[in-house]
Amino acid sequence: MSDEKAVSIPQQSGGTQAKDAGADGEILLKVTGLQKHFPIRKGLLQRQTGAVRAVDGIDFEVRKGETLGVVGESGCGKSTMGRLITRLLEPTAGTVEFEGRDITHLSTGALRPMRRDVQMIFQDPYSSLNPRHTIGTIVSAPFRLQGVTPEGGVKKEVQRLLSVVGLNPEHYNRYPHEFSGGQRQRIGIARALALNPKLVVADEPVSALDVSIQAQVVNLLDDLQEELGLTYVIIAHDLSVVRHVSDRIAVMYLGKIVELADRNALYKAPMHPYTKALLSAVPIPDPKRRKVKSERILLKGDVPSPISPPSGCRFHTRCWKATQICRTTEPPLLELRPGQRVACHHPENSEDQAPQDTELLTEARQAAAELGKSSDTSSDK
Amino acid sequence: MSKLEKAALGEPAPLAQSDADDVFLSVRDLRIHFDTDDGLVKSVDGVSFDVARGRTLGIVGESGSGKSVTSLGVMGLHRSARAKVSGEVWLDGQELIGAHPDEVRRLRGRKMAMIFQDPLSAMHPYYTVGHQIVEAYRVHHDVSKKIAKQRAVEMLDRVGIPEPGKRVDSYPHEFSGGMRQRAMIAMALVNNPELLIADEPTTALDVTVQAQILDLIRDLQKEFGSAVIMITHDLGVVAEMADDLLVMYGGRCVERGPAEAVFSEPRHPYTWGLLGSMPRLDRDETDRLIPVKGQPPSLINLPPGCAFNPRCPYADIPKDDVTRTVRPELTEVGSRHWAACHMSQEQRERIWTEEIAPKL
Repeated sequence: MSDEKAVSIPQQSGGTQAKDAGADGEILLKVTGLQKHFPIRKGLLQRQTGAVRAVDGIDFEVRKGETLGVVGESGCGKSTMGRLITRLLEPTAGTVEFEGRDITHLSTGALRPMRRDVQMIFQDPYSSLNPRHTIGTIVSAPFRLQGVTPEGGVKKEVQRLLSVVGLNPEHYNRYPHEFSGGQRQRIGIARALALNPKLVVADEPVSALDVSIQAQVVNLLDDLQEELGLTYVIIAHDLSVVRHVSDRIAVMYLGKIVELADRNALYKAPMHPYTKALLSAVPIPDPKRRKVKSERILLKGDVPSPISPPSGCRFHTRCWKATQICRTTEPPLLELRPGQRVACHHPENSEDQAPQDTELLTEARQAAAELGKSSDTSSDK
Repeated sequence: MSKLEKAALGEPAPLAQSDADDVFLSVRDLRIHFDTDDGLVKSVDGVSFDVARGRTLGIVGESGSGKSVTSLGVMGLHRSARAKVSGEVWLDGQELIGAHPDEVRRLRGRKMAMIFQDPLSAMHPYYTVGHQIVEAYRVHHDVSKKIAKQRAVEMLDRVGIPEPGKRVDSYPHEFSGGMRQRAMIAMALVNNPELLIADEPTTALDVTVQAQILDLIRDLQKEFGSAVIMITHDLGVVAEMADDLLVMYGGRCVERGPAEAVFSEPRHPYTWGLLGSMPRLDRDETDRLIPVKGQPPSLINLPPGCAFNPRCPYADIPKDDVTRTVRPELTEVGSRHWAACHMSQEQRERIWTEEIAPKL
């Protein structure tokens, strides 16, 4: 069915169609109740004895032209989420809709036309490029796989892509090992852009790069978005990078979204205690601030295992505001302020959702005591 | 234990003013070159610095700038057959480069210890964590296994591992990333080293765990009064930990000084580049980052003159093309603050205050 438009693929997007598709932009991707459980099998019969609940029921949507940042600690399911929305993994439950079409359980063949519109940039530029293929082969692979011949021929188009991402088009015949990390990441970006996708999912696109190179790649992603009207989902653990690139940000903890908000709201007035702790842990490059005793919230211990996540609110084992209700009832993701959705019974910077429940859990009392201040401190500045 | 307490009571070395007194580690003109098939790799090419007891030196730079090679050089961990090491490393009055390897081995682990970036590859997967800490202790102390194990449990407890008595018999793979890093810190500190080198100790960790580990290192330093070298590419980590700062580029030091001075009045274009490259949470968001253009240089043929000249936006300011022909030496630009740049002091001050600082 996609035969007739197979001839001309890129370039038509041209201008800045979706430049300021801020709050009310058209919804490109919609995710509802998405789950991915990886089975754990044991014994001779490989019976399933449990499951790693990597992604455990998340809802969000991505609007055309925006950048959604996804942050969280390692093991919170953010990469799995990225692979689910690109359908590199099949969800256990829930739906993924791309441009209004349900793609949750499409077969490989049926997915192929969609693959053109959704592309991925991977974290490690060393393992995501085949060392035995030349750059030309790597960047032209999408054309081969989709049976597309761009105007002017594949080679010309690949060279154009290389120059778009800031590489020398003459490097067409070189191999990945001849490039540095930053250049390799640009090759990965060129490959992702080849078919002129609508949505690009970037999983930690800059975390393997040096700071100075990181800034180059971040700026490149910025420019490409403006030129090609791309929509990004950027998964990263570096909160300063995420703030820089995103319009909206989702914070994940143990397979759930705990807060989803506009960039400014999230960084200025985080509502979920976890978001607040995460932000306070980022080291600030200013030695003068060291003398001012910081309001750092040190979370105790590690993230619990996603095999048997805590009951109720998953953060209650490390939270300094946890009460009885947090242990028993899972807080729903509610819009407490326009554009800011939070899943918490006792949010910061907002009205308490369970005011009748005031008795802190023992662990929470310890944690609060260690913070050395009352648990209802609001904004940082 | 008494030694431990003594060290804790010892003065936290208030020697911000001078370099001379109580310098514990002094590195002079350290050069580490590797002979490879492609040519001579000058990983470290004339680096000098001092670290006093109770102080922290931060070393920053890109990958391949020679930060890790420097630290391995101090520890004497380069194989002499492959690496050509020259210069002087004075540890508590003892010179190490010319010393017999056996002598350095006796100091390593006891007087100086190292925390590596990746705890999974730095710990042996076949032995329990306790076994490895016991081994590190018994190499330097003639005690029974039982006492050494007690010591190991004590150390695991000290670095905040829950149920240390049980965890001492776990294998590294049974620990989470943060716990493994703690276990490695316990192993490094088991002999109360007076110099601790931490090579990217938190790069592989999440921010929340990173904050825990940095806190731990700081507490332990306060307790034992050790000198610490912190190698990282994260300026945030350095700002939080370091008293002094050394910025490396292409195997050489391009700027060195007290951390506050280097952050508030940096005097080298590369340092400006690093500061402009990173998005910051403590500032309003900017539209664009200001990256350093180009790629880090090859250490086999460094650009002539200033190694930074191909990437430096100000390379044409000094007259007679001096940036491309003469290598700049470190010159004093402030109190205990040096930078290696051909531009005049006034030019750099002007560029920093007028062009760079407002954009950060």
